[in-house]
Amino acid sequence: MFDQKFLQELKASQTAWQNKLQEKLAKRPERKERFETISETEVERLYTPAHVADLDYDRDLGFPGRYPYTRGVQPTMYRGRFWTMRQYAGFASAKESNERYRYLLAQGQTGLSVAFDLPTQIGYDSDHPLAQGEVGKVGVAIDSLADMEVLLDQIPLDKVSTSMTINAPASVLLALYIGVAEKQNVAQDKLTGTIQNDILKEYAARGTYIFPPRPSMRIITNIFEYCAKEVPRFNTISISGYHIREAGSTAVQEVAFTLADGIAYVQAAVEAGLGVDEFGPRLSFFFNSHLDFLEEVAKFRAARRLWARIMKERFQAKDPRSMMLRFHTQTAGCSLTAQQPENNIIRVAYQALAAVLGGTQSLHTNSMDEALALPTEKAVRIALRTQQLIAYESGVAETIDPLAGSYYVENLTNRIEAEAQDYIDKIDQLGGATAAIEAGFIQREIQGSAYRYQRAIEDGRRIVVGVNKFELAEEPFKDLLRVDPKVGQEQARALAKLKSERDNQAVASALAELKRAAQGQDNLMPPIIGAVRVYATLGEICDTLREVFGEYIAPTTI
Amino acid sequence: MARKIRVLAAKPGLDGHDRGVKVIAAALRDAGMEVIYTGLRQTPEQIVAAAEQEDVDVIALSVLSGAHGHLFPRIMTLLKERGLDDVLVLGGGIIPEDDIPALKEAGIAEVFGPGTTTGKIIDYIRASVRAAD
Repeated sequence: MFDQKFLQELKASQTAWQNKLQEKLAKRPERKERFETISETEVERLYTPAHVADLDYDRDLGFPGRYPYTRGVQPTMYRGRFWTMRQYAGFASAKESNERYRYLLAQGQTGLSVAFDLPTQIGYDSDHPLAQGEVGKVGVAIDSLADMEVLLDQIPLDKVSTSMTINAPASVLLALYIGVAEKQNVAQDKLTGTIQNDILKEYAARGTYIFPPRPSMRIITNIFEYCAKEVPRFNTISISGYHIREAGSTAVQEVAFTLADGIAYVQAAVEAGLGVDEFGPRLSFFFNSHLDFLEEVAKFRAARRLWARIMKERFQAKDPRSMMLRFHTQTAGCSLTAQQPENNIIRVAYQALAAVLGGTQSLHTNSMDEALALPTEKAVRIALRTQQLIAYESGVAETIDPLAGSYYVENLTNRIEAEAQDYIDKIDQLGGATAAIEAGFIQREIQGSAYRYQRAIEDGRRIVVGVNKFELAEEPFKDLLRVDPKVGQEQARALAKLKSERDNQAVASALAELKRAAQGQDNLMPPIIGAVRVYATLGEICDTLREVFGEYIAPTTI
Repeated sequence: MARKIRVLAAKPGLDGHDRGVKVIAAALRDAGMEVIYTGLRQTPEQIVAAAEQEDVDVIALSVLSGAHGHLFPRIMTLLKERGLDDVLVLGGGIIPEDDIPALKEAGIAEVFGPGTTTGKIIDYIRASVRAAD
């Protein structure tokens, strides 16, 4: 970016400045010997043009909406329209969750994001023995199309886009969504939204897997293929670094492991005979926005550039949309403290600002009380208002990628991209992301970072305000949201009623059809849609697939 | 040589959040304890069987899903049935303050919330297990 003569002169004047500074430092040393980001990347005293000397504007930055998309995926970014403000929500029954969604839409939220309870995420009905004590706790309980109809009541599916955090049974929840759309007379090609559908990070970091990797990859590929034809505006996967970061990874690891998972999905689909540009444009991503403000901005930019290069160079994508890393962001849940929870409002605000300056397409801001329980309505409203303040008052959305050209941010963007590429090379040598997870490599790398982070807090090298510095004696935080324990019994009762009233012969034959498809090579989406239409339950559908595919047994790595 | 303190680190229920339990397991191991980690999705029956088989002094339970109110007392009941009431049982995770008295009533010795240092947990285990000897 700069000519050689200028850089040489700069080097000389910087050396002179450093020498002068040494005298001062001898008298008054800096706060620490080594400065680093939250991800342990060393941070220098000052960044200058010398740190970005190799940056080529056209090659590395370019223009918004143009390869390699470092500056953003859309040509006008937030001048065209703001990011989608999408708060992840769901608890108790479909009815209560529906009320929360309609409240959020009335408050100016622009998209839905559905949280399911753990039995739903692991493919058990609410009356399963393993569901005891878990029904409705971390999200809404969905057993059949009947629940889904209540969940989406009065929400127009042709207008509202819906993101569903569902992985192992993503095919079933997508089928249920299509089922409700049919009842609202909305055609499948009008539906917009996202299913998370990212099983690899479930094995590595989040834990809601059902089937082993191979059949799981087949289901995912079936979804790609079905949606390319029938639900073309739906994001078929949200390849997620969020949970990898929450499990304790560094920023570089978050980018590397997420994109390595992305490579595995693309590879699997290509091997199944799909063209990269048939499904590539519908891949989406999901990242964490953590505490280190400038590192996070650089991370989002680096991820965008690296994915564009991977799709173009490694997979020979031709459609520019296949090269665009579009992503959702959530602020870092693991950074919230149970101590002085009001401080979390401020943490979330900085994290949200980093996501916006990093060019996110949608954003969830955490609520201040989430280190204690599910958020109350008031806490969620403040979190949503935080986004609205950034959008309407802060001014940062008025121009595109405003931190570009910062010597530090560009240098950090380069470093994150290069270090993530090194990890991807290593994972390639291990046989790809699936093999690296099966060998426990990715899990061990994440755990190592998590442990070092905890050590840094306990040694006092890392300060957490209100936890290991500036502590207060405080009363327990009041007004936590509580899920009524009766939800489990009510779901079980409703399930028994459903099973006595539906056409059980139709259910049996739909499940038999699904089993035949699973044993053969046919796409699983049509028989799953057929089964949900006749009110087969989520548990029945997943059990049918369990019979054919078996269940994943995780290696324990500590 | 004194027998090392034996700890079963366990994840009951369907919750997949295992960052905390793994960090604590590694810290207890670095502090010289023998640590067995069950992995995810253990039923109360499986946890109690593992505790018996491994002859542990301590069970450290981690739940972040809100299912502690059901799972912790169930584990305590099963331990009593097997005559394992001398095992020190600790809980951790996202557990509201108001829930703690009922858990202690059920026999959970202590509940450690977010922000607890591993040092504090190590000290607590050493003091409690030594006191019981």
